[in-house]
Amino acid sequence: PVGAGGVGAGRGSVRLSRPLSPQAAMTKLGQWLCGLALLGSAWAALALAPPGLQLPAPYRQALLPLPVYLLVAFGCYSLATVGYRLATFNDCEEAATELQEHISAARADLRRRGLRF
Amino acid sequence: MAAGGADKFSVLLPTYNERENLPLVVWLLARTFRESGNNFEIIIIDDGSPDGTQEIAEQLEKIYGSDKIVSCIFCIFFLIFYSVGKYVKSLENWDRVPGFCTSFTSLKKKQKEGNFDIVSGTRYKGNGGVYGWDLKRKLISRGANFLTQVLLRPGASDLTGSFRLYRKEVLQKLMEKCVSKGYVFQMEMIVRARQLGYTIGEVPISFVDRVYGESKLGGNEIVSFLKGLLTLFATT
Repeated sequence: PVGAGGVGAGRGSVRLSRPLSPQAAMTKLGQWLCGLALLGSAWAALALAPPGLQLPAPYRQALLPLPVYLLVAFGCYSLATVGYRLATFNDCEEAATELQEHISAARADLRRRGLRF
Repeated sequence: MAAGGADKFSVLLPTYNERENLPLVVWLLARTFRESGNNFEIIIIDDGSPDGTQEIAEQLEKIYGSDKIVSCIFCIFFLIFYSVGKYVKSLENWDRVPGFCTSFTSLKKKQKEGNFDIVSGTRYKGNGGVYGWDLKRKLISRGANFLTQVLLRPGASDLTGSFRLYRKEVLQKLMEKCVSKGYVFQMEMIVRARQLGYTIGEVPISFVDRVYGESKLGGNEIVSFLKGLLTLFATT
């Protein structure tokens, strides 16, 4: 996890920093597989237990479709997040006009200095 | 910014068929550096463009002086070690001929502020943004970024913006460690930087669509982005 610092003054810049990690990290794929294996085995142990060790029926009924619920929830979260970010994507009008000005100034100056376009 | 005058900056410009953009970019950079009082060099790395980009680069070298413009067709790896600047700014994405003046100075200011190893421009935070993008392109950008954040948890909000300022030693170290090519290379730099514990600061930037030339983004780019993302996911 990244320790994010406070928001900088003025233009909303963000500072991020992280202390040196002492050992080589597992690959992201490795982390996901480990996590899934852990959660998967816990789920299997609880939801698919042999008759002798079962939890009461209501718990098992809720647990069984849990993976699918989580997947759907994640899907909804993804759509909502991307949708929100899409809607709040800034458009920079001033930067575009500023650029046009720069371009004409640059062409004039360089032509004066001998550049053959 | 009296203290800033002592540091020299190297700007890396890889080019391919950028005959029309190149003079503008160089002019903007030269002006920005002159105003901020920093010593600089611009290294133009042309990949054998058939449109005469190299010729324009040579003309620029005559106008600005050989200590300021270096043009060559070497592989970018060697150039890092030869550049004399203390900070290296890379510009790998020609889709932008951005507000260099403001963007560069804010990159530099951020670096000094937090003594960061890397300062990265982001289109997704603060008042960063884009201009001239249609809905489809914005959606692809946000979707791809979301996927990247979920899979890689990189600690930086914009991995493909490619407007960054590195300390030279940091860049050298990262170049040694990175193995990808093309697009994915920039993403890998940030991921590796985080693994090595380097500090990364962010600054909002405006990404204005290119005025000249063709944008190199299409179905192929998306596929190779996904392939690259999955490779990074599996190997870092």
